[in-house]
Amino acid sequence: MASYSTSDLRSGNKVMVDGDPCAVLDNEHVKPGKGQAFNRIKLRNLKSGRVWERTFKSGESLDAADVMDTDMEYLYTDGEFYHFMATDGSFEQHGADANAVGDTVKWLKEQESYVITLYNGAPLAVTPPNFIELEVTETDPGVKGDTANGGSKPATLSTGAVVRVPLFINIGEVLRIDTRTGEYVSRATGK
Amino acid sequence: MYSKDVWQPTADLAALKFRAEVFHQIRGFFYERDVLEVDTPCLSLGSISDPHIEVLNSQTRTLGQEVTYYLQTSPEYAMKRLLAAGAPSIYQLGKVFRAEEIGRRHGIEFSMLEWYRLGFDHWQLMAEMDDLLSTLMGQTITSERLSYAEAFERHVSLNPFTASLEALQQTCHQHTEYGLDETDRDTLLELLFAMLVEPKIGQDVPCFIHAYPASQAALAKQQPDAQGNATAARFEWYWRGMELANGYYELTDAVEQQQRMRSEMAERAEQGQAWRQADERLISALEQGLPECAGVALGVDRLLMLLQNKAHINEVMPFAGAHA
Repeated sequence: MASYSTSDLRSGNKVMVDGDPCAVLDNEHVKPGKGQAFNRIKLRNLKSGRVWERTFKSGESLDAADVMDTDMEYLYTDGEFYHFMATDGSFEQHGADANAVGDTVKWLKEQESYVITLYNGAPLAVTPPNFIELEVTETDPGVKGDTANGGSKPATLSTGAVVRVPLFINIGEVLRIDTRTGEYVSRATGK
Repeated sequence: MYSKDVWQPTADLAALKFRAEVFHQIRGFFYERDVLEVDTPCLSLGSISDPHIEVLNSQTRTLGQEVTYYLQTSPEYAMKRLLAAGAPSIYQLGKVFRAEEIGRRHGIEFSMLEWYRLGFDHWQLMAEMDDLLSTLMGQTITSERLSYAEAFERHVSLNPFTASLEALQQTCHQHTEYGLDETDRDTLLELLFAMLVEPKIGQDVPCFIHAYPASQAALAKQQPDAQGNATAARFEWYWRGMELANGYYELTDAVEQQQRMRSEMAERAEQGQAWRQADERLISALEQGLPECAGVALGVDRLLMLLQNKAHINEVMPFAGAHA
């Protein structure tokens, strides 16, 4: 298996730590005046989502995690698994469990493309696109003319997600949402 | 890393003028005090034995022979050879090179001010460093002085000399998740110092840390402290979280110097690090006789960062990182 030297790790590398696959978020070099150098590495455990910092001797080696990111389209859920299909023309399908889908469940829309993180060939995590367009299924009636005031109200979207939207938004409108913050961006254009 | 688009300097003109002014003042400071400027070679046939510093080298052919030159990591050995040959107090302001990670406070090439004072001990040298900083800042600066043990007790709540190995391992692990299997006391102490002490000391005025454990003596004389702990006459200068300088009341004993050098070379070999020619000409010079002296090496680029409130070392160098 491939491995990385702790001094060469970069953000985005995937390594095994304590038996779990982890993504490297940051790597800070710690060099005492004299003596052994260390690397302070910020990691995200890809199974649990936990983010934490860990110190290693510089030059120590860590096994690479057999983790691969693939673009896949969401198909449907059978109640237990969420099914995705590769968009690279291979039509390869994978069923991700609720654990792997995690919070992304509230951004799951059929025919939308997601990044599926495969670990040893099985889905480990599902990452939504940064922006997604979803229809409003429930909200208080829109308040006309109140476009500038900056007031907001809750709106339920077709996936079940609830976001704060401006007062002028009505049921049936399609909105552009930033999935990283869960915030309303704008009305969807061209629809 | 190379790109033809990256042609601009990394420092602005004001920072370059400031740099030139500081260089001018440093030279003036030593001229006033009758300390002789020297410039020893950047390329040397011998190098340091330090197992934790990686050295850049350069190959060439001379008279039909393959020759390896090592780029100096500090002019220390060459300057001590000058002292052994009869030079008076000397200083050097020039470039040094280390095969290290490039970062906010590290470059592979940087400027070092190193000086040796005959007849000084490390206390006198620390006072002279305060004088230099006072000159550069135009106001009187008196650095704090803390022993290694005091700094440790204050910020880690452990005595570095008497704490058990288990206590060091546990404390280290608690803060860094490293250390439960580490059996080398110095490695644990160094990590704790870097993580817990360095960020706290010298926040207002600079801080001298002195009386290092003898096991971290490097090229300093051993000198037991008042409690009888095995300490060395080595000091470091910290300011706002940055290590600025490292100095010694210099070891003059050739036999002990040779032992330290050989044990460091053995440690390098043990860890599978690349062989290099340790410069035993330093030992020969010490055998001839190094006068009693104190010496210090100061990272000039870091000092320039602090004096101008710059966040990155690249901002004080004409061309740094991918611009070099």
